[in-house]
Amino acid sequence: MTDATTQIDAAPYEPTFGDYVALLKPRVMSLVVFTAFVGLLVAPVPVHPFVGFCAILFIAVGAGASGALNMWWDADIDAVMRRTARRPIPSGRVAPGEALAVGLGLSLLSVVMLGLTAGWLAAGLLAFTIFFYAVIYSMWLKRSTPQNIVIGGAAGAFPPLIGWVCATGSVSVEALLMFGLIFMWTPPHFWALALFMKSDYHDAGIPMLTVTHGRRATRAHILVYTAFLVPVALGLALTAIGGPVYLVTAVVLNALFMKGAWEIWRRDEAAAEADAYAVEKRVFRFSLWYLFLHFGALLADAALRATNLTWGIL
Amino acid sequence: MTIRVEHDLHRRRLSRNVGVGLTLVALIAIVFGLTVVKVRQVGFTQGFDHTVRPELIPVEDSR
Repeated sequence: MTDATTQIDAAPYEPTFGDYVALLKPRVMSLVVFTAFVGLLVAPVPVHPFVGFCAILFIAVGAGASGALNMWWDADIDAVMRRTARRPIPSGRVAPGEALAVGLGLSLLSVVMLGLTAGWLAAGLLAFTIFFYAVIYSMWLKRSTPQNIVIGGAAGAFPPLIGWVCATGSVSVEALLMFGLIFMWTPPHFWALALFMKSDYHDAGIPMLTVTHGRRATRAHILVYTAFLVPVALGLALTAIGGPVYLVTAVVLNALFMKGAWEIWRRDEAAAEADAYAVEKRVFRFSLWYLFLHFGALLADAALRATNLTWGIL
Repeated sequence: MTIRVEHDLHRRRLSRNVGVGLTLVALIAIVFGLTVVKVRQVGFTQGFDHTVRPELIPVEDSR
Protein backbone atom coordinates (compact mmCIF):
# COMPACT_ATOMS: atom_id res chain seq x y z
CA MET A 1 0.00 0.00 0.00
CA THR A 2 1.40 3.41 -0.97
CA ASP A 3 1.50 6.49 1.24
CA ALA A 4 -1.13 8.11 -0.98
CA THR A 5 -3.57 5.23 -0.44
CA THR A 6 -3.00 5.34 3.30
CA GLN A 7 -3.78 9.05 3.34
CA ILE A 8 -6.97 8.54 1.30
CA ASP A 9 -8.18 5.78 3.62
CA ALA A 10 -7.60 8.01 6.65
CA ALA A 11 -9.61 10.88 5.11
CA PRO A 12 -13.13 11.53 6.44
CA TYR A 13 -16.09 10.16 4.44
CA GLU A 14 -17.01 12.36 1.52
CA PRO A 15 -20.71 12.28 0.67
CA THR A 16 -22.00 11.26 -2.75
CA PHE A 17 -24.69 13.23 -4.55
CA GLY A 18 -27.14 10.53 -3.45
CA ASP A 19 -26.36 11.30 0.20
CA TYR A 20 -27.47 14.90 -0.32
CA VAL A 21 -30.60 13.70 -2.15
CA ALA A 22 -31.39 11.42 0.83
CA LEU A 23 -31.39 14.56 3.03
CA LEU A 24 -34.45 15.76 1.10
CA LYS A 25 -36.57 12.73 2.15
CA PRO A 26 -37.40 11.57 -1.40
CA ARG A 27 -40.31 9.36 -0.28
CA VAL A 28 -42.04 12.26 1.46
CA MET A 29 -41.28 14.39 -1.60
CA SER A 30 -43.09 11.91 -3.83
CA LEU A 31 -46.28 12.40 -1.77
CA VAL A 32 -45.80 16.17 -1.91
CA VAL A 33 -45.33 16.06 -5.69
CA PHE A 34 -48.46 13.95 -6.15
CA THR A 35 -50.77 16.01 -3.91
CA ALA A 36 -49.45 19.35 -5.23
CA PHE A 37 -49.88 18.03 -8.78
CA VAL A 38 -53.52 17.13 -8.06
CA GLY A 39 -54.15 20.52 -6.38
CA LEU A 40 -52.79 22.28 -9.44
CA LEU A 41 -54.56 20.12 -12.00
CA VAL A 42 -58.06 20.05 -10.46
CA ALA A 43 -58.11 23.86 -10.19
CA PRO A 44 -60.53 25.44 -12.69
CA VAL A 45 -57.83 27.71 -14.14
CA PRO A 46 -55.59 26.26 -16.87
CA VAL A 47 -51.85 26.51 -16.30
CA HIS A 48 -49.15 26.40 -18.96
CA PRO A 49 -47.64 22.89 -18.74
CA PHE A 50 -44.08 24.12 -18.28
CA VAL A 51 -45.12 26.65 -15.61
CA GLY A 52 -47.08 23.85 -13.87
CA PHE A 53 -44.07 21.52 -14.03
CA CYS A 54 -41.78 24.17 -12.56
CA ALA A 55 -44.28 25.06 -9.82
CA ILE A 56 -44.51 21.40 -8.73
CA LEU A 57 -40.73 21.07 -8.90
CA PHE A 58 -40.15 24.09 -6.64
CA ILE A 59 -42.84 22.96 -4.19
CA ALA A 60 -41.04 19.58 -4.04
CA VAL A 61 -37.64 21.28 -3.57
CA GLY A 62 -39.13 23.39 -0.76
CA ALA A 63 -40.50 20.24 0.90
CA GLY A 64 -37.09 18.59 0.50
CA ALA A 65 -35.39 21.62 2.03
CA SER A 66 -37.64 21.44 5.08
CA GLY A 67 -36.78 17.71 5.29
CA ALA A 68 -33.06 18.57 5.34
CA LEU A 69 -33.62 21.16 8.09
CA ASN A 70 -35.63 18.56 10.03
CA MET A 71 -32.79 16.03 9.69
CA TRP A 72 -30.24 18.63 10.82
CA TRP A 73 -32.25 19.46 13.95
CA ASP A 74 -33.32 15.90 14.77
CA ALA A 75 -29.96 14.18 14.17
CA ASP A 76 -29.67 13.26 17.86
CA ILE A 77 -33.02 11.46 18.07
CA ASP A 78 -32.66 9.99 14.55
CA ALA A 79 -29.51 8.21 15.78
CA VAL A 80 -31.51 6.52 18.56
CA MET A 81 -34.45 5.33 16.47
CA ARG A 82 -34.05 2.16 14.42
CA ARG A 83 -36.24 3.55 11.61
CA THR A 84 -34.08 6.67 11.14
CA ALA A 85 -30.58 5.56 12.24
CA ARG A 86 -29.44 5.06 8.63
CA ARG A 87 -30.26 8.64 7.62
CA PRO A 88 -27.28 10.64 6.22
CA ILE A 89 -26.41 12.62 9.38
CA PRO A 90 -26.65 9.93 12.11
CA SER A 91 -24.83 7.45 9.86
CA GLY A 92 -21.99 9.98 9.43
CA ARG A 93 -22.33 10.37 5.65
CA VAL A 94 -23.20 14.09 5.76
CA ALA A 95 -21.96 16.66 8.30
CA PRO A 96 -24.71 18.52 10.23
CA GLY A 97 -23.47 21.89 8.99
CA GLU A 98 -23.72 20.72 5.38
CA ALA A 99 -27.32 19.59 5.93
CA LEU A 100 -28.17 23.00 7.41
CA ALA A 101 -26.57 24.75 4.43
CA VAL A 102 -28.43 22.53 1.95
CA GLY A 103 -31.72 23.11 3.80
CA LEU A 104 -31.38 26.89 4.01
CA GLY A 105 -30.04 27.24 0.47
CA LEU A 106 -32.78 25.15 -1.11
CA SER A 107 -35.46 26.88 1.02
CA LEU A 108 -34.44 30.27 -0.32
CA LEU A 109 -34.08 29.00 -3.89
CA SER A 110 -37.47 27.21 -3.91
CA VAL A 111 -39.42 30.15 -2.44
CA VAL A 112 -37.90 32.76 -4.76
CA MET A 113 -38.29 30.54 -7.83
CA LEU A 114 -41.90 29.63 -6.97
CA GLY A 115 -42.67 33.32 -6.50
CA LEU A 116 -41.27 34.12 -9.95
CA THR A 117 -43.01 31.09 -11.47
CA ALA A 118 -46.49 31.11 -9.96
CA GLY A 119 -46.90 34.23 -7.81
CA TRP A 120 -45.99 35.43 -4.36
CA LEU A 121 -49.04 34.07 -2.51
CA ALA A 122 -47.98 30.54 -3.44
CA ALA A 123 -44.36 31.39 -2.55
CA GLY A 124 -45.47 32.83 0.79
CA LEU A 125 -47.42 29.67 1.58
CA LEU A 126 -44.38 27.55 0.68
CA ALA A 127 -42.16 29.69 2.92
CA PHE A 128 -44.70 29.31 5.75
CA THR A 129 -44.81 25.52 5.18
CA ILE A 130 -41.02 25.25 5.44
CA PHE A 131 -41.04 27.43 8.57
CA PHE A 132 -43.91 25.43 10.06
CA TYR A 133 -42.24 22.06 9.48
CA ALA A 134 -38.69 23.07 10.46
CA VAL A 135 -39.41 25.44 13.36
CA ILE A 136 -42.96 24.94 14.69
CA TYR A 137 -43.00 21.13 14.29
CA SER A 138 -39.37 19.95 14.45
CA MET A 139 -37.91 22.45 16.92
CA TRP A 140 -40.92 23.09 19.12
CA LEU A 141 -43.86 20.69 19.02
CA LYS A 142 -42.17 17.36 18.29
CA ARG A 143 -40.30 17.19 21.59
CA SER A 144 -42.75 19.08 23.77
CA THR A 145 -46.32 17.82 23.24
CA PRO A 146 -48.14 14.59 22.36
CA GLN A 147 -50.22 16.71 19.98
CA ASN A 148 -47.07 17.06 17.82
CA ILE A 149 -48.47 14.94 15.02
CA VAL A 150 -51.87 16.66 15.07
CA ILE A 151 -50.57 20.21 14.64
CA GLY A 152 -47.45 19.22 12.72
CA GLY A 153 -49.64 17.44 10.18
CA ALA A 154 -50.47 20.86 8.75
CA ALA A 155 -47.01 21.00 7.17
CA GLY A 156 -47.76 17.94 5.03
CA ALA A 157 -51.22 19.26 4.21
CA PHE A 158 -50.09 22.46 2.48
CA PRO A 159 -48.83 21.08 -0.90
CA PRO A 160 -52.26 20.62 -2.60
CA LEU A 161 -53.29 24.05 -1.30
CA ILE A 162 -50.12 25.58 -2.75
CA GLY A 163 -50.72 23.73 -6.03
CA TRP A 164 -54.24 25.18 -6.18
CA VAL A 165 -52.96 28.71 -5.42
CA CYS A 166 -50.33 28.32 -8.19
CA ALA A 167 -53.19 27.86 -10.66
CA THR A 168 -55.86 30.22 -9.31
CA GLY A 169 -53.87 32.80 -7.36
CA SER A 170 -56.27 32.52 -4.40
CA VAL A 171 -57.48 30.16 -1.64
CA SER A 172 -60.96 28.62 -1.86
CA VAL A 173 -63.09 26.05 -0.03
CA GLU A 174 -61.91 23.22 -2.32
CA ALA A 175 -58.28 23.99 -1.50
CA LEU A 176 -59.06 24.19 2.21
CA LEU A 177 -60.83 20.82 2.13
CA MET A 178 -57.86 19.20 0.35
CA PHE A 179 -55.71 20.68 3.12
CA GLY A 180 -58.18 19.36 5.71
CA LEU A 181 -58.14 15.87 4.21
CA ILE A 182 -54.38 15.46 4.73
CA PHE A 183 -54.46 17.36 8.03
CA MET A 184 -57.09 15.05 9.54
CA TRP A 185 -55.56 11.93 7.95
CA THR A 186 -52.10 12.47 9.49
CA PRO A 187 -52.87 11.68 13.18
CA PRO A 188 -54.51 8.25 12.71
CA HIS A 189 -51.87 7.37 10.10
CA PHE A 190 -48.93 8.15 12.43
CA TRP A 191 -50.54 6.81 15.58
CA ALA A 192 -51.11 3.46 13.85
CA LEU A 193 -47.36 3.49 13.06
CA ALA A 194 -46.52 4.49 16.65
CA LEU A 195 -48.49 1.51 17.99
CA PHE A 196 -46.25 -1.04 16.29
CA MET A 197 -42.96 0.98 16.32
CA LYS A 198 -43.36 1.37 20.04
CA SER A 199 -39.79 1.17 21.30
CA ASP A 200 -38.45 3.71 18.78
CA TYR A 201 -40.32 6.78 20.02
CA HIS A 202 -39.95 5.70 23.64
CA ASP A 203 -36.18 5.26 23.30
CA ALA A 204 -35.85 8.66 21.65
CA GLY A 205 -37.92 10.35 24.36
CA ILE A 206 -40.40 11.81 21.87
CA PRO A 207 -43.71 12.50 23.64
CA MET A 208 -45.81 10.47 21.22
CA LEU A 209 -49.31 9.78 22.43
CA THR A 210 -48.37 6.12 22.99
CA VAL A 211 -45.63 7.25 25.39
CA THR A 212 -47.46 10.01 27.29
CA HIS A 213 -51.06 8.78 27.44
CA GLY A 214 -50.64 5.06 26.91
CA ARG A 215 -51.67 2.73 24.15
CA ARG A 216 -55.34 2.47 25.17
CA ALA A 217 -55.75 6.25 24.78
CA THR A 218 -53.93 6.14 21.43
CA ARG A 219 -56.36 3.52 20.11
CA ALA A 220 -59.28 5.74 21.18
CA HIS A 221 -57.67 8.78 19.53
CA ILE A 222 -57.27 6.87 16.24
CA LEU A 223 -61.00 6.08 16.26
CA VAL A 224 -62.07 9.65 17.11
CA TYR A 225 -59.75 11.33 14.59
CA THR A 226 -60.81 8.91 11.86
CA ALA A 227 -64.44 9.81 12.64
CA PHE A 228 -63.53 13.51 12.21
CA LEU A 229 -61.73 12.70 8.97
CA VAL A 230 -64.79 11.13 7.32
CA PRO A 231 -66.93 14.31 6.93
CA VAL A 232 -63.96 16.22 5.54
CA ALA A 233 -63.28 13.51 2.96
CA LEU A 234 -66.95 13.20 1.99
CA GLY A 235 -67.46 16.98 2.03
CA LEU A 236 -64.91 17.31 -0.76
CA ALA A 237 -67.29 15.30 -2.99
CA LEU A 238 -69.88 18.10 -2.71
CA THR A 239 -67.55 20.82 -4.01
CA ALA A 240 -66.84 21.81 -7.60
CA ILE A 241 -63.84 19.46 -7.82
CA GLY A 242 -65.79 16.43 -6.55
CA GLY A 243 -67.51 14.01 -8.89
CA PRO A 244 -68.89 10.48 -9.18
CA VAL A 245 -65.49 8.76 -9.06
CA TYR A 246 -64.46 10.69 -5.97
CA LEU A 247 -67.80 10.14 -4.22
CA VAL A 248 -67.72 6.36 -4.71
CA THR A 249 -64.04 6.17 -3.78
CA ALA A 250 -64.53 8.30 -0.65
CA VAL A 251 -67.56 6.31 0.55
CA VAL A 252 -65.77 2.96 0.16
CA LEU A 253 -62.39 4.07 1.57
CA ASN A 254 -63.87 5.92 4.54
CA ALA A 255 -66.04 2.93 5.43
CA LEU A 256 -62.92 0.73 5.34
CA PHE A 257 -60.84 3.22 7.32
CA MET A 258 -63.56 3.50 9.98
CA LYS A 259 -63.72 -0.30 10.14
CA GLY A 260 -59.93 -0.48 10.61
CA ALA A 261 -59.97 2.24 13.28
CA TRP A 262 -62.83 0.41 15.04
CA GLU A 263 -60.83 -2.84 15.02
CA ILE A 264 -57.77 -1.05 16.45
CA TRP A 265 -59.94 0.49 19.18
CA ARG A 266 -61.52 -2.84 20.13
CA ARG A 267 -58.20 -4.65 20.54
CA ASP A 268 -56.09 -4.62 23.66
CA GLU A 269 -52.32 -4.95 23.84
CA ALA A 270 -52.40 -8.69 24.52
CA ALA A 271 -54.37 -9.34 21.32
CA ALA A 272 -52.12 -7.01 19.33
CA GLU A 273 -48.92 -8.63 20.56
CA ALA A 274 -50.37 -12.09 19.90
CA ASP A 275 -50.56 -11.42 16.15
CA ALA A 276 -47.55 -9.04 15.99
CA TYR A 277 -49.74 -5.94 15.48
CA ALA A 278 -51.21 -7.32 12.27
CA VAL A 279 -54.29 -5.04 12.36
CA GLU A 280 -52.29 -1.90 13.17
CA LYS A 281 -49.84 -2.66 10.35
CA ARG A 282 -52.70 -3.35 7.93
CA VAL A 283 -54.45 -0.06 8.82
CA PHE A 284 -51.17 1.84 8.47
CA ARG A 285 -50.56 0.40 4.99
CA PHE A 286 -54.19 1.00 4.06
CA SER A 287 -53.96 4.64 5.20
CA LEU A 288 -51.26 5.23 2.56
CA TRP A 289 -53.58 3.87 -0.14
CA TYR A 290 -56.44 5.88 1.37
CA LEU A 291 -54.72 9.19 0.69
CA PHE A 292 -53.31 8.17 -2.68
CA LEU A 293 -56.69 6.95 -3.96
CA HIS A 294 -58.61 10.03 -2.72
CA PHE A 295 -56.33 12.34 -4.66
CA GLY A 296 -56.27 9.92 -7.59
CA ALA A 297 -60.09 10.05 -7.66
CA LEU A 298 -60.02 13.87 -7.71
CA LEU A 299 -57.71 13.62 -10.69
CA ALA A 300 -60.01 11.10 -12.41
CA ASP A 301 -63.01 13.42 -11.96
CA ALA A 302 -61.00 16.33 -13.35
CA ALA A 303 -60.20 14.17 -16.39
CA LEU A 304 -63.90 13.28 -16.74
CA ARG A 305 -64.84 16.96 -16.62
CA ALA A 306 -62.19 17.71 -19.22
CA THR A 307 -63.85 15.18 -21.53
CA ASN A 308 -67.32 16.57 -20.70
CA LEU A 309 -68.46 13.41 -18.94
CA THR A 310 -70.15 15.29 -16.11
CA TRP A 311 -72.68 14.40 -13.43
CA GLY A 312 -75.57 15.22 -15.81
CA ILE A 313 -75.08 12.28 -18.15
CA LEU A 314 -74.13 9.69 -15.53
CA MET B 1 3.59 10.21 -11.67
CA THR B 2 -0.21 9.81 -11.83
CA ILE B 3 -2.36 7.86 -9.41
CA ARG B 4 -4.05 5.20 -11.53
CA VAL B 5 -5.91 3.24 -8.89
CA GLU B 6 -9.57 4.20 -8.65
CA HIS B 7 -10.47 4.61 -4.99
CA ASP B 8 -14.01 4.79 -3.58
CA LEU B 9 -13.24 8.40 -2.65
CA HIS B 10 -12.83 9.27 -6.34
CA ARG B 11 -16.10 7.58 -7.21
CA ARG B 12 -17.95 9.56 -4.52
CA ARG B 13 -16.37 12.84 -5.64
CA LEU B 14 -17.26 12.10 -9.26
CA SER B 15 -20.85 11.32 -8.28
CA ARG B 16 -21.10 14.59 -6.37
CA ASN B 17 -19.51 16.70 -9.08
CA VAL B 18 -21.63 15.19 -11.86
CA GLY B 19 -24.78 15.53 -9.73
CA VAL B 20 -24.16 19.18 -8.87
CA GLY B 21 -23.20 19.91 -12.49
CA LEU B 22 -26.35 18.35 -13.91
CA THR B 23 -28.48 20.15 -11.30
CA LEU B 24 -27.00 23.50 -12.29
CA VAL B 25 -27.54 22.77 -15.99
CA ALA B 26 -31.16 21.81 -15.22
CA LEU B 27 -31.67 25.05 -13.26
CA ILE B 28 -30.32 27.11 -16.16
CA ALA B 29 -32.63 25.24 -18.58
CA ILE B 30 -35.63 25.85 -16.27
CA VAL B 31 -34.94 29.58 -15.87
CA PHE B 32 -34.48 29.90 -19.64
CA GLY B 33 -37.66 27.93 -20.36
CA LEU B 34 -39.67 29.94 -17.83
CA THR B 35 -38.40 33.18 -19.38
CA VAL B 36 -39.51 32.06 -22.84
CA VAL B 37 -42.98 31.00 -21.57
CA LYS B 38 -43.52 34.18 -19.52
CA VAL B 39 -42.45 36.46 -22.37
CA ARG B 40 -44.73 34.63 -24.81
CA GLN B 41 -47.66 34.87 -22.38
CA VAL B 42 -47.26 38.68 -22.29
CA GLY B 43 -47.51 38.73 -26.09
CA PHE B 44 -46.29 41.28 -28.62
CA THR B 45 -45.38 44.57 -26.95
CA GLN B 46 -44.10 47.89 -28.18
CA GLY B 47 -42.43 50.73 -26.29
CA PHE B 48 -40.67 54.02 -26.90
CA ASP B 49 -37.49 53.48 -28.88
CA HIS B 50 -36.54 56.98 -30.07
CA THR B 51 -38.63 56.88 -33.25
CA VAL B 52 -42.11 58.29 -33.91
CA ARG B 53 -44.65 55.43 -33.73
CA PRO B 54 -48.22 56.75 -34.07
CA GLU B 55 -49.71 53.31 -33.32
CA LEU B 56 -48.54 53.65 -29.70
CA ILE B 57 -50.71 56.76 -29.12
CA PRO B 58 -54.10 55.88 -27.55
CA VAL B 59 -57.07 56.35 -29.89
CA GLU B 60 -58.73 59.18 -27.86
CA ASP B 61 -55.56 61.31 -27.85
CA SER B 62 -54.95 60.97 -31.59
CA ARG B 63 -58.28 62.65 -32.48
